[in-house]
Amino acid sequence: MAQDLLSRLKGKFGDSITGANTENMDPWIEVAPEAIVEVSKYLSTEPDLKFDMLNCISGVDYLHTDEKKAKKVDWEPHTQVVYHLSSISNKHTLVLKVILPRWKDGKEGQLPEVPSVAGVWRTADWHEREVYDLNGIFFTGHPNLRRILCPEDWVGHPLRKDYEQPLEYHGIRGR
Amino acid sequence: MATVNQNDQRIIEYDVRTDEMLVNMGPQHPATHGVMRLVLRTDGEIVSEVTPHIGYLHRCAEKIGENLTPRQWVPYTDRMDYLAGMNMNLGWALCVEKLLDYDLPEKGRHLRVIITELCRIASHLVGMGTYGLDLGTFSPFLYAFREREKILDLFEEACGARLTYSYLTPGGATADLPNGWIDACETFLEQFEPCITEYHTLLTTNAIFIKRTANVGILSPEMAINYGCTGPVLRGSGVDYDLRRDGEERYTEMYDGYAFEVICERDGHYPNDHDYPPVPPDAVLGDCWHRFYVRMLEVMQAIDLVRQGIEKYRSAEGNWGVPIKLTTKLPKGEVYLETEAPRGQMGFYLVSDGNAIPWRVRARSGCFSNLSVAHELCNGSPIADIPAVIGSLDIVMGEIDR
Repeated sequence: MAQDLLSRLKGKFGDSITGANTENMDPWIEVAPEAIVEVSKYLSTEPDLKFDMLNCISGVDYLHTDEKKAKKVDWEPHTQVVYHLSSISNKHTLVLKVILPRWKDGKEGQLPEVPSVAGVWRTADWHEREVYDLNGIFFTGHPNLRRILCPEDWVGHPLRKDYEQPLEYHGIRGR
Repeated sequence: MATVNQNDQRIIEYDVRTDEMLVNMGPQHPATHGVMRLVLRTDGEIVSEVTPHIGYLHRCAEKIGENLTPRQWVPYTDRMDYLAGMNMNLGWALCVEKLLDYDLPEKGRHLRVIITELCRIASHLVGMGTYGLDLGTFSPFLYAFREREKILDLFEEACGARLTYSYLTPGGATADLPNGWIDACETFLEQFEPCITEYHTLLTTNAIFIKRTANVGILSPEMAINYGCTGPVLRGSGVDYDLRRDGEERYTEMYDGYAFEVICERDGHYPNDHDYPPVPPDAVLGDCWHRFYVRMLEVMQAIDLVRQGIEKYRSAEGNWGVPIKLTTKLPKGEVYLETEAPRGQMGFYLVSDGNAIPWRVRARSGCFSNLSVAHELCNGSPIADIPAVIGSLDIVMGEIDR
């Protein structure tokens, strides 16, 4: 299934499908950030695919803060947005991935950007807010991108690997 | 903007223009099921906008999971949906087992079905009882807790805890069921089954209850799917989808050999509905009453599943599944698995880089998505309907905020 879908998407979107892993237990397809909305629309409307439910959006940060460990791994620091989709009517699932740099244009403090899919699945509204809040990924075109779980004046994005816990928050001691 | 039903007899002032007012509900309002704050924009009695503010219980369990081995993280899953701790444990256990490609012995499989279905009953009882509280009747709550107490006693006997069990862990369960437990469980089911009729009298067929819930907060199937609503909220809208039947093989094989039918309305009928009170004429598919009804029928279904499980458990060979070692190295890879928890689909996503400690864990909460649809359901309804709608979604804040 994953292999067929991959060649189908490659035929339709060409270079926007940047990679895939069909050996993993849950195979995934990597999509270029600028094409994610188009691909999502295609996947959710095509009658034989009909991925009508977005189960989950997760952000995964890849960075070793320890230099020794960083030398041993075969990846460069980056961050991923993972979309888990499923279809209620056809009962199949799919994993999409968008690979992003940790910071936009390599400038520390500038959040990486990916277009929002909230127009395709409304689930994405809250899930993208959560990923923005905890992973620091900016979703362009999102109707209301605010922090959702942390307070609005919170500093930093806790699920980034280089996050440092604040020492103080409104007079509350951090550690 | 809000759409107001002008034929609604309860609304007497829809044509009177008043100033809009922001009303704050919560964070400690009893009808918000935990620490949640709702900001309502009201025009007279009509609510035109609902904004839920969540995060009061946030403790970033996902970050904690990046520093603990999977077995050490099990207690944190308990505290997500603390009313259905066993189901949370199961979701995480299955996710880790999927990564390890570990197959559970048959006896452990049936043990898990018995335990999680019992927990589903306990959880739906609280959902039902507190829903009564939201609508202003106190007694069903007491009746529900009376029976839930007996389930907690059973759990206490099995694992020592009454709320945060950590009983089902990756690899199996921390212990086998103690001697005599199965008989005690059967006795409980015998006693419990007639009580359902009481609940139906107190709530399901109660005229006031029907007035408050029927034709209120209607959720269309398309909207439910688009918002990612799952569990009884999805099935209450008439969508025939239950992960115990339609989920991943690793989860559905747990229910291999069990006979059950997904609780949802098909052609105007619920499965075996001749045994239960009929659907009132006012109720519309997808309203608060239907969501409640689906939960009540799932209690009956769970009783049946526990009975089947007990029979299979008795004749099963082998052990109950020994938990994996604390320092078990996880293979490199990533897995995602969803299970059918009482309040919706609970998913866990686990990324491993080959160490004993996961690189990233992610919990997908069913309530989180269920609550996100609240503003669509509440728009245009009177303030008094807000607790009815939010209560019918049956949310637990521990799971939403994680």
